[in-house]
Amino acid sequence: MIYADNAATTQMSRAAIDAMVFHMENIWGNPSSLYEFGQKAQEAITSARAKIAACINAAPAEIYFTSGGSEADNQAIISAAKAGAKKNKRHIISTAFEHHAVLHTLEKLKREGFEVELLDVHENGVIDVAQVENSIRSDTCLVTIMFANNEIGTVQPIAEIGEICRAEKIPFHTDAVQAAGHLPLDVQKQNIDALSISAHKFHGPKGVGVLYARKNFPLVNLIEGGAQEKGKRGGTENVPAIMAMAAALSESCANMTANNKKILRLRNKLIDGLNKIPYSILNGDAEKRLPGNVNFCFEGIEGESLLLLLDDRGICASSGSACTSGSLDPSHVLLAIGRPHEIAHGSLRLSIDENISDNDVEKIISAVSEVVEYLRNMSPLWKDKISGKKNFVLKG
Amino acid sequence: MALYSEKVMDHFRNPRNVGSIENADGVGEVGNAKCGDIMKMYLKIDNDIISDVKFETFGCGSAIASSSMATEMIKGKPVNEALQLTNKAVAEALDGLPVHKLHCSVLAEEAIKAAVQNYFENKAK
Repeated sequence: MIYADNAATTQMSRAAIDAMVFHMENIWGNPSSLYEFGQKAQEAITSARAKIAACINAAPAEIYFTSGGSEADNQAIISAAKAGAKKNKRHIISTAFEHHAVLHTLEKLKREGFEVELLDVHENGVIDVAQVENSIRSDTCLVTIMFANNEIGTVQPIAEIGEICRAEKIPFHTDAVQAAGHLPLDVQKQNIDALSISAHKFHGPKGVGVLYARKNFPLVNLIEGGAQEKGKRGGTENVPAIMAMAAALSESCANMTANNKKILRLRNKLIDGLNKIPYSILNGDAEKRLPGNVNFCFEGIEGESLLLLLDDRGICASSGSACTSGSLDPSHVLLAIGRPHEIAHGSLRLSIDENISDNDVEKIISAVSEVVEYLRNMSPLWKDKISGKKNFVLKG
Repeated sequence: MALYSEKVMDHFRNPRNVGSIENADGVGEVGNAKCGDIMKMYLKIDNDIISDVKFETFGCGSAIASSSMATEMIKGKPVNEALQLTNKAVAEALDGLPVHKLHCSVLAEEAIKAAVQNYFENKAK
């Protein structure tokens, strides 16, 4: 099997599995218990907090453990909105291609009377700092812009956006779920007030994540129940998962430079290979993108059949077609960068990690090329295009 | 459990009757590119019997499988019988489709009806 869907989830690393199993077997006390056996679990998560804080240049007291990236996004956004509402500030700036954990939370706030402004992300999937600057108003209570997009991998000018927000005294949150462990995160240098992380995107376990919230970021609870996480997130801590997350993040950050060197080379080889398929296009900026992300649209075919046939050839990938999203519309990300519905249905995302080889990349290129050709040959839409009855949308 | 039944996957992987028929007696095309599926059916009809049928489909796995199954179900049948083919029958013959994929079987039914309609129109000319 060639696994090329690391943006969906990653394989847990040995270090993460070992940390998880060790704490399940040996450190299973409740961190809130007074006796020494419980306090051992407390010490463990304290060390994990410090490790994670060090990876993003934060203070350990600013790290809140959550059930994952979605919870962290929800809590950061709702907290900033509630704080804003107290001061009669109800304007929120975000982008059109955020993850649904952000977009759906913003939609909920909209129904509660907030005004949400979604910035255009242009055809290359990168926003301009000037757009943020021009959108800021006296009643803006939050700017939330993702670090890197989960579908097309484009990386936003986070430090510059943070700088503007800092100058305007507006809280700045970033969904860094796709970036953590893959790109350097530094909440000081990048002027970030709140940031979301999910462990399973960097070889950690599922169901655990982090909300970084700067000291003065006014957090409100989503989950009431206890004194855990300084009273801001009730529920007994998932000690084994937290320990595995800390191990995975430390490892990913330590190996980032070496891993990215390898991944970048192979990613570019993959892009070059797929670019040879006629009437195809790379989605998202070629330079300002995550090291492991490749996202293409192929004209005249539909993404789900492409995925099923790649699966038959042992390749795991994903698509933004409507049929794979479970709705009638294709990916909101592809629509946001201006791809017409017809083209967005024919999308393919390949997200690779450091475990991929040259041979794997070559296999992917030939499998995708073959399958696209096969599907085009049975597509009436493709036939109409090559016979000149309908116009091509993409370049040949 | 897999997303699709074995039968759907079989018809998707080895679609029956793919292609087109030159000088077909009836051609029907339904769906649109915006929604992500288009089905085109070609019929060869002799004495009101469907002697040959081919399809071309742009769409997901279940759209291709539904087209394939539908062509098998009408091949060799009288046109009037083909008109009776329901989307439910296509879905059942495939051992079921996921709820959000049932529209694929609807498209197959509509494509056949459109092709037969086209045949009647051609005949009336």
